[in-house]
Amino acid sequence: MQLTEKHKEYWQRNLKLTGSLLAIWFVVTYVVGFFARELNAIEIIGPLGFYMGAQGSLIVYVLIIWFYAKRMNEMDEEYGVHEGDE
Amino acid sequence: MATAASSQAAFTQQLKKYYTFYTGGFVAFVIAVGILEMMGVPIKILGYIFLFATIALYAGIGFMSKTSEVSEYYVAGRRVPALFNGMATGADWMSAASFIGMAGTLYLTGYDGLAFIMGWTGGYVLVALLLAPYLRKFGQFTIPDFLGARYGGNIPRLIGVLAAVLCSFVYVVAQIYGVGLITSRFTGLEFGIGVFVGLAGILVCSFLGGMKAVTWTQVAQYIILIVAYMIPVVWLSMKHTSVPVPQVSAYVSVLPKVTALEKEFNDKTTPKGAAEESVRAIFRARSAEGDRKLKGLDAGGATFLAEEKKALEDKVAALKAAETPDAKAIEAAEKAVKDFPVDAAAAKKAWTAEKGASARAAPVRAHAEAFPAAGKTPEEQEKNRAIAKKNFLALIFCLMVGTAALPHILMRFYTTPSVKEARRSVFWSLFFIFLLYFTAPALAILVKFEVYSSLVGSSFASLPAWVSNWAAVDKTLMNIADINKDGIVQLAEIVIGGDLIVLATPEIAGLPYVISGLVAAGGLAAALSTADGLLLTIANALSHDVYYKIIDPNAPTVRRIAVSKGLLLVVALIAAYVTSMKPGDILFLVGAAFSLAASAFFPALVLGVFWKRANKLGAILGMSAGLLVCAYYMYMTYPFFGVNAPKWWDINPIAAGIFGIPAGFLGLIVGTLISPAPSKEVQELVDHVRYPNLEGDIDTKAV
Repeated sequence: MQLTEKHKEYWQRNLKLTGSLLAIWFVVTYVVGFFARELNAIEIIGPLGFYMGAQGSLIVYVLIIWFYAKRMNEMDEEYGVHEGDE
Repeated sequence: MATAASSQAAFTQQLKKYYTFYTGGFVAFVIAVGILEMMGVPIKILGYIFLFATIALYAGIGFMSKTSEVSEYYVAGRRVPALFNGMATGADWMSAASFIGMAGTLYLTGYDGLAFIMGWTGGYVLVALLLAPYLRKFGQFTIPDFLGARYGGNIPRLIGVLAAVLCSFVYVVAQIYGVGLITSRFTGLEFGIGVFVGLAGILVCSFLGGMKAVTWTQVAQYIILIVAYMIPVVWLSMKHTSVPVPQVSAYVSVLPKVTALEKEFNDKTTPKGAAEESVRAIFRARSAEGDRKLKGLDAGGATFLAEEKKALEDKVAALKAAETPDAKAIEAAEKAVKDFPVDAAAAKKAWTAEKGASARAAPVRAHAEAFPAAGKTPEEQEKNRAIAKKNFLALIFCLMVGTAALPHILMRFYTTPSVKEARRSVFWSLFFIFLLYFTAPALAILVKFEVYSSLVGSSFASLPAWVSNWAAVDKTLMNIADINKDGIVQLAEIVIGGDLIVLATPEIAGLPYVISGLVAAGGLAAALSTADGLLLTIANALSHDVYYKIIDPNAPTVRRIAVSKGLLLVVALIAAYVTSMKPGDILFLVGAAFSLAASAFFPALVLGVFWKRANKLGAILGMSAGLLVCAYYMYMTYPFFGVNAPKWWDINPIAAGIFGIPAGFLGLIVGTLISPAPSKEVQELVDHVRYPNLEGDIDTKAV
């Protein structure tokens, strides 16, 4: 089994997508968590730091996973590495 | 292929139909029990009806899914649609701790409790991006299977089995404990019997049909648990805000009121603040008295003890000699003499507890404040705050990575029909988990408002019914006493146990008992479904990885499944036995399971996919280093073990994974670099899992 250039490109794009989404995950969790006290001074729906921990970050996590599934399933087709109809 | 696709679509349609009927049937059942309640059937009978009807239901599904086919037994025939696998994962994931404990933890700790909310949802990002699709493509039966194939040889597989059994067992004990607690509380059975009734409930689901039965029962259990969680919260939200969306109303209209009340309680110039202060002054005095006696005991020993007792006896005599003897005061003084500690050890214990009353003299913590910290000087406060922040972030990290390493969750992604469905299925899993986790912080705020606004300030002569009911049932959940004798409830006079919040919500919201029964059924569903998944993981690791793959690779199918079922029984009995001894702190057990799983599995699994060079020696070193460092730190710092060594960078033992995970990565990288690259076959295996479909590819699918 020999990987073609196209296959390698698929994997590179996958890595890029995974990396970017992990960066968002990191910021929403740890950067926002680190500055929670400071963010609490901002009132949007309750104090922002608290709200991000209780709801905001969760919404972002769900969106990250939804986007990844959608994008990767499209990319499989684009690069012809998708599965048969099983 | 086309027929396979259409049959899978027909299967999905059929499932949707079944579960819609099922949900309708369940709602009808709840209404029927409600009618029974109105007809005056005793509450205890209703509790039994809920307990046995739901267990019978799970048993029915288990029986209908009985199977003796290997792939059905281990991975539900790999035809579970994404949506349903999501629900099953949700139930598998959400344990008694999530269902009953979470809102309570948030009530008690405010912002700090959010570590669990974020940690236990954000971990799915790691599952989705780094593991689920690749494990599905690999397509065997267990997590040690992957380690065995990727790193070669039996040692990585065996370490995997050891770690899987260790963390799943610790976790399953916590679940069975929850099952025992719920059954005993709602039916009046003894805890030990409750454990075994619950165990029967667990075994009927998994014994006959393995993963297939567990999957379809978990879907049913998810529906019950989410309905049971939502109804009382929505009702409570309606009561306070007339908006049936607690997830919004709690933040928009209730949280500001809670914050205002917190300020009032802490402000001595307001009437409520002054009343709180009078209670706190009593606790401070008690604490100072305890401190004085402890110091006296250290200095004087037995002499001091005798002097103290003499002083109390003199007091009784003086009261009796008074011109108008006060009967009540005499009784109290005599009780003090009677309860006086018998020896120095008992005195030390009693007086240390008395000194601890200072905790109840502390001002009310602001619910939304992040990392509150106390300190005598501003510098000390800042330092304590930095420690709190560090531990908060470290705990989130451990819970997240642990989520992406717990074998009973990862195993669920072997059951979908394809890689594509596996990706979607992680989305549905988190979505269904999100529904509950998104609601728990709102519930905590709503109950807090109820306590702060209605309970505080009410009269001891006419406490709300839910308060007196729970105070009578269990002092650890609701303990209320008129400390300053003013006849009015102050916040400092109430001690609430975390588990109360979810269990009492129906009564707080003024709902009939049938809803309390429903909540108990939901808690039971949460605990049973998680216990099912965990027991199956342990039994499969032992039967498949140890017995079939290592001891007897030629074992016939019938014997493989028989061995697995036998082990399931044995492991379940051992777990129930350990649980009935009521071991230590449940929350710590759960935390420990996460840190251990994270340290042992995560580096080897992720680098196994993303780093082709990773090899056998690396895996062995990495997994054992992770496991050992994590276990060592817990042993050295968790008070239960009695070593109490100084902490590293002030990190609490529950977040031991923060050291174990890097150790695991380091071990893996070092071990890999000092030994040759893996064989061509292994490198091809890595390519195989990376691409959902490759021409001329190898096939690793187990059948």
